[in-house]
Amino acid sequence: MTIASTDRVAAETTAADRVPTPRRRRRGDFSRSEQRAGVAFAIPAIVLLLLFVIGPAVVSLAMSFTNARLVSPVAPEFVGLENFRRAFTEDPVFTRSVLNTFVFAALVVPLQGGLGLVLALLVNQKIAGRNLFRTIYFLPVITSMVVISLLWRFLYQADGLVDSALSMLTGGVWAGQAWLADPSTAMGAIVVMSVWQGVGFHMIIWLAGLQTIPDEVYEAAALDGTTPWERFRYITLPLLKPTFVFVLITITIAAMGLFIQVDIMTDGGPLNSTSSIVYQIVQKGFQQQQIGYGAALSLVFFCIVLALALLQRRLTRDKD
Amino acid sequence: MQRRDLMKLAAASGGAALAGTAFTACSSSGNAADGTLLLWTHSAGNDTELAVTDQILESFNGSQDEYTVERESFPQDAYNDTVSAASLAGDLPDVLTVDGPNVPNWAWAGHLQPLDLPAEVTDKFLPSTLGVFQDQLYSIGHWEAACSVFARESVLEAASIRIPTLDAPWTGEEFDEALQRIAADTDYQWAIDFSTADIGEWYPYAFSPFLQSFGGDLLDRSTYRSAEGALNGPEGLAWGQWFQGLFTGGLANIESPIGGEDFNQGKAAMSFNGNWNALAAMDLYDDVLFLPPPDFGTGPKIGGGSWQWAVTSAADPAGANTFLQAALSDEFVAEFANATGLIPATEAAAELTENYAAGGPLRMMVDYSRNFAVLRPETPAYTVIASVFTQYTGDIIHGGDVQEALDAAVTEIDADIESNSGYGF
Repeated sequence: MTIASTDRVAAETTAADRVPTPRRRRRGDFSRSEQRAGVAFAIPAIVLLLLFVIGPAVVSLAMSFTNARLVSPVAPEFVGLENFRRAFTEDPVFTRSVLNTFVFAALVVPLQGGLGLVLALLVNQKIAGRNLFRTIYFLPVITSMVVISLLWRFLYQADGLVDSALSMLTGGVWAGQAWLADPSTAMGAIVVMSVWQGVGFHMIIWLAGLQTIPDEVYEAAALDGTTPWERFRYITLPLLKPTFVFVLITITIAAMGLFIQVDIMTDGGPLNSTSSIVYQIVQKGFQQQQIGYGAALSLVFFCIVLALALLQRRLTRDKD
Repeated sequence: MQRRDLMKLAAASGGAALAGTAFTACSSSGNAADGTLLLWTHSAGNDTELAVTDQILESFNGSQDEYTVERESFPQDAYNDTVSAASLAGDLPDVLTVDGPNVPNWAWAGHLQPLDLPAEVTDKFLPSTLGVFQDQLYSIGHWEAACSVFARESVLEAASIRIPTLDAPWTGEEFDEALQRIAADTDYQWAIDFSTADIGEWYPYAFSPFLQSFGGDLLDRSTYRSAEGALNGPEGLAWGQWFQGLFTGGLANIESPIGGEDFNQGKAAMSFNGNWNALAAMDLYDDVLFLPPPDFGTGPKIGGGSWQWAVTSAADPAGANTFLQAALSDEFVAEFANATGLIPATEAAAELTENYAAGGPLRMMVDYSRNFAVLRPETPAYTVIASVFTQYTGDIIHGGDVQEALDAAVTEIDADIESNSGYGF
């Protein structure tokens, strides 16, 4: 949204610059017809968004105050805040899932963002075959998460590839460990796999940010006798600020929506150690058909993500 | 954007969404007028089952001119969700397949209409292949499934374990001792395989009968309004501790793949498995035995009620029932059994099959089904019971506190029954 409005302002300034002042009336005509065209272009998207995003969201908001069941001959009844009371006082699995989701995000955001930056710095160098490296790091991103989850499930099995590799490296000292079947390692296993899958995407975003920094700045700094570390710390990092904000917010939102990995690899187990908020929403709303309760949980989820995004925006906005 | 505009936007879109639902609701269904009946099956990807279904359709469509039946198939994993979504959109087919335990839920919701079939047709079917809810027949199945303990005669003999029979099954202690002896005397990695990776309907279907053999149950069937005492009483606790011990004691694999693969690949000495995997096991081992499940106090128990066919409330009853009656002939029942290895639902059909005729290699499955089958609780609450039981049994086999897990399961089941005012019980 920010990007779009900046563009528009920029476009308008250039238009104003080009058109001489005496021809003000014609410019007015032009902008009115431009406005009409704008509306015409926007209508299909707005209608689709209303019908498939905002509409269902409003219905789900209404549903979260009822005891609606997915399949039922009985009309839903208004139950006030009962669903929310149940979520926070009577549903330990949900509270555990909220906690798990935050732990997942707290691990994935710095790991994926940081590793992405490191990879971007590596593939930004002028070395032979750097396009090959870029492609390799990007491959997991374009592979379906379902496929990746299934494959990693096999890797993580007792005597799977991970265990065999560890056993070889340690000369047989390492005994088989069923990573996904042990409550203390399951979440960590999912974090590692998720970072591996997503890091390529954020590498590309960082890379785009790095390439907007003009070479002259570095040349000037080199003339001033700075060390590479100083150049990174005082030129690269500050100039990457807008990219940083984008990366931070997109990873956080994606991490909060953790679902596919859990659904395919662990089903929320063992002992609820990997259950996530979205997994609980699907579980309650669809599998157990308590759609009213599921809607209430998704409203809670919406509020959490919105609050996080606003908070991050506030913390990272430019001081001027 | 102004706040006023936002409110308008919200109101308009809410209205649009509701109108959208209403629109689809009136535009669909009721396609029986032109004599076309739509059949939904869960068998996508299962070519042998689909082939028999197609054979039925071909024969029915060719034998009369009044009706034409068409088929659409869905993968089993997504089938229940598809039907739920279609029912919300008012887009149900005329005839559909339904897993036995879901019949009460769908019948209660008004998706299904009672079948209108002559008693001489339905009387021939095994009782557990009839989907009855509140004294009305809603569905009927070509086959029944039965679980049993798959084992190899050579392995049991080598470990000098008594081979149990229908009349003298293993007792709980005998079974535990057999597992211990296999673990001690053989090279198998696991003594028994429970296919724990199968979290569809497998957990309640396969594992809750053990609970019932211990004397517990998924729900108090005297009232159908609570699981208190049935699931988390002393019998439930005994079942949970026994089951947990198999996994924590290293006798069974927590991560065993679907379909008894550990047994088929020689990693597990025995498996607790459904008879739909029996033909594959017979091909693999020439000394495979299908043994009755152990008796933990109230007799051996296995799950009853498999996939059945039902008629939706949108369908033209005359056409749908005519079709069902034709589809339920002994030939087709036998055909399904031959193709899938499942138990034919009628005695006459059993005689037509190689495996289930008297003296056939799978004949004992019919006896297990007749003698040991327990239906899953016939209530709409079963949807939640199945999901909750799967979740907390998962906790138990991963070493969680048994009593805590069972108490939590009871709380969730009872909360659901409560919030639906007892589902009419």
